[in-house]
Amino acid sequence: MGDSGIIELKDVRFRWPGRTSFSIAVPEFSVASGETVLLLGESGSGKSTLLSLICGTVLADSGVVVVGGTDLKTLSGWSRDRFRAEQIGVVFQQFNLLPFGSVADNILLPLRFAPDRKGRCTDARREAEGLCRALGLPEGVVESKAATLSVGQQQRVAVARALIGQPPILIADEPTSSLDETAQANFLDLMFDQVKVQASTLLMVSHDPRLGERFDRVVRMSEIVTIEREVA
Amino acid sequence: MILRLAAASLVARGLTVGMTVLAIGLSVALFLGVEKVRTGAKASFADTISGTDLIVGARSGSVQLLLYSVFRIGNATNNVTWESYQDLASRPEIDWIVPISLGDSHRQFRVMGTTSAFFEHYMYRQGRSLGFGEGVVMDDLFDTVIGHDVAQSLGYGVGDPIVVAHGLASFTEHKDQPFQVSGILEKTGTPVDRTVIVSMEAIEAIHVDWQRGARIPGQTTPVDQIRQMDLTPKAITAALIGVESPLQTFSLQRAINEYPEEPLLAILPGVALQELWGIVGIAETALLAVSVMVVVTALIGMMATIFSSLNERRREMAIFRAMGASPMAILGLLILEAILTAAAGAVLGLGLLYLGLFIAQPIIDSAFGLFLPIDPPAIREALVLLAVVAAGAIVSMIPALRAYRLSLADGMVVRS
Repeated sequence: MGDSGIIELKDVRFRWPGRTSFSIAVPEFSVASGETVLLLGESGSGKSTLLSLICGTVLADSGVVVVGGTDLKTLSGWSRDRFRAEQIGVVFQQFNLLPFGSVADNILLPLRFAPDRKGRCTDARREAEGLCRALGLPEGVVESKAATLSVGQQQRVAVARALIGQPPILIADEPTSSLDETAQANFLDLMFDQVKVQASTLLMVSHDPRLGERFDRVVRMSEIVTIEREVA
Repeated sequence: MILRLAAASLVARGLTVGMTVLAIGLSVALFLGVEKVRTGAKASFADTISGTDLIVGARSGSVQLLLYSVFRIGNATNNVTWESYQDLASRPEIDWIVPISLGDSHRQFRVMGTTSAFFEHYMYRQGRSLGFGEGVVMDDLFDTVIGHDVAQSLGYGVGDPIVVAHGLASFTEHKDQPFQVSGILEKTGTPVDRTVIVSMEAIEAIHVDWQRGARIPGQTTPVDQIRQMDLTPKAITAALIGVESPLQTFSLQRAINEYPEEPLLAILPGVALQELWGIVGIAETALLAVSVMVVVTALIGMMATIFSSLNERRREMAIFRAMGASPMAILGLLILEAILTAAAGAVLGLGLLYLGLFIAQPIIDSAFGLFLPIDPPAIREALVLLAVVAAGAIVSMIPALRAYRLSLADGMVVRS
C-alpha cells in the first residue's frame, strides 16, 4: 500500500449499529490517484457499506480509512460532511436526482456544501451547461424539471453533478444497472471521457464483469472484504 | 437555493401539503375570528355607556341594575319613588340627573320614558353623544324618538303613528293614546338602537286608566282631558347621574346606598360592566381555548404528515447527504419546510379571516348589533401568526429529529 493512494483502508472493521448479524472487515484496500477501479460483487457483498465507509457517512469501528491523505477518524461529523462534499462526487444506481428541482438545481446542489468546488467554477451555471453538453444531453436541458428526464438522461445529470467543481474522486454505485446495454456503453463512454478530462479517480461498483475492460483495475469484493454473518 | 428547493419539494407534494395548509389556514382563521369577535364584543360592551358616573335604582344587584337600566334586559324588581328622585336631584354633588322609566313595550322593543336631558347626557363609545338621523327630540306629550334598529325593522319614518303596549310581550295595547314618531336616532351599536323613547309624562299618561297593571274597567279618559292632568311621575325605574367632580362619586354613591327613606342602590357603570363581563367572559375564554385547540390540532396534523412523508423521502435525504449535507442540514430543511407550510397556512388564515369579515360584517352588525371593524392586521394578529409559525417549527422538530437519526444511520444507503 503506497503513500500515494488517494483512498486507503487498513484493518477496517465495521458493524451496522443495531444489526449485530452483519459486519464487514477490510484488511487492506487502496486506490491510487487518477486510477479507475471497478469493484465487482453481488448484492450483499458489502459494497454499499464499503462506499459508506469511504464517503465517511459511517465511521469504522476500528482500523484506518484515509481519503485524500486525511484520516476520516480525525474529522468531526460536520467536517466529514464538508470533506465528502469537497472530495467526492457520487452517482447512485438510480433515483439520483431531486425530482422537484430543475436539472440546474440538481447539478449545482453539491456546490452549496462545497465552497472549494464552487470556487473552482468561475461560472457554475455555464460549467453545468458545458458538462451537460459533454455528456450528450440535449441543449437547454438544465431548465427542465429533473423528473421529466428519462432514466438514462437522469444518470448523466447525476454524473454532471458528481463532476462539477472537479472533486478528485468519483464514486459510482451501479450507475448502469438501470440502463439497457446500448445505453450502458454510451453512458460509460461519456463518463470515462469526462473522468479523463478532469483526471479524476474513479471507483465504480458493479455486479457485471463485462464492464471490466475499460478500467485500469478490477477488484472482486471477495478479495478485499470479509463478511461475517451471525445466524440469529 | 435551499429555500427554493424546499419550496419546490413542497409544491411537488402539493395535495398533502395543500391539505395541511388548508387545515392550518382554517384553524388560524377561526382563531383570529374568535379573537375579533371577542375583542369586538368586549369593546362594544364597554362602549355601551360612557360619561355617566352613577346609575341609581331600587336596591337589587349591581349587575341586575346595569342589565335593565342600560341593556334593557330583565326587569326592575322595584321602582324608585319620585320623592326620592327629587331628593337626589337636589343634592349639591349632582351635575345632572336623568330619570328612566321602563316597563312598556312596542312590538319587540322596549319603551323607555325619560326627559330630553337624556339626549344631552347619555353617551356611548368614549363620549359620543346621540345624534338624530332624522327629526328632532320629542316635543309633544305623545311624541316619541325611536332607535335606529326600531325604525329599520319596523319600517317607521318620522310622523308615523305607533301604539305602545303595556308590559312586555303583552298584547294589551294602550290603544287610546297613539304616539307619533318625531325623531329617529343614528345607529349607535348600543341598546338605544332597540329602544322607543318617550317622555316621562307620556308614561304617566298612558297609565291614567290603569291601576296595578290592569285596566280600570269601563274607564277611558279622553286624550284632551289627559293633557290637562298633572302628569308628574309617581315613580321612576332608574336614574343616570353625572357628578360635579369625580372626587365626589364615591361619597355620593355611599350616601345613596345609605339613603334612609328608601332602599336604593348606586353603581359605577364601569365597575358593573367589568363584573358583567366577568360572567360573560367565561364563555369567551372557553371559546378562545377551543380555537387554540383547533390550531394545535391542525399543527399536529402537519406533524403527522411530515412523519408519514419521512419514509418516502429517505431517498431525497440520502441524496442530500451524499452531496455533503450534514444531518443537521436535513433537520434544518425539514423545519424550514414546516415553517413554510405553517406560514402559508397563517397567510391563508389571514386571507380567510378578511374574506369572512367582509362577508359577515354587515350580517353580524344587523343581527347582533356587533360591529366588527375591518382593520389592517395589528401587532396582536401578527404575533398570533408568528406564534403559529413558531409552533409549527417546534412541532416539526419531532419528525425532523427522527429524520436526523435516520439520515445518520442510513448514510447514503437507503435500506428499507
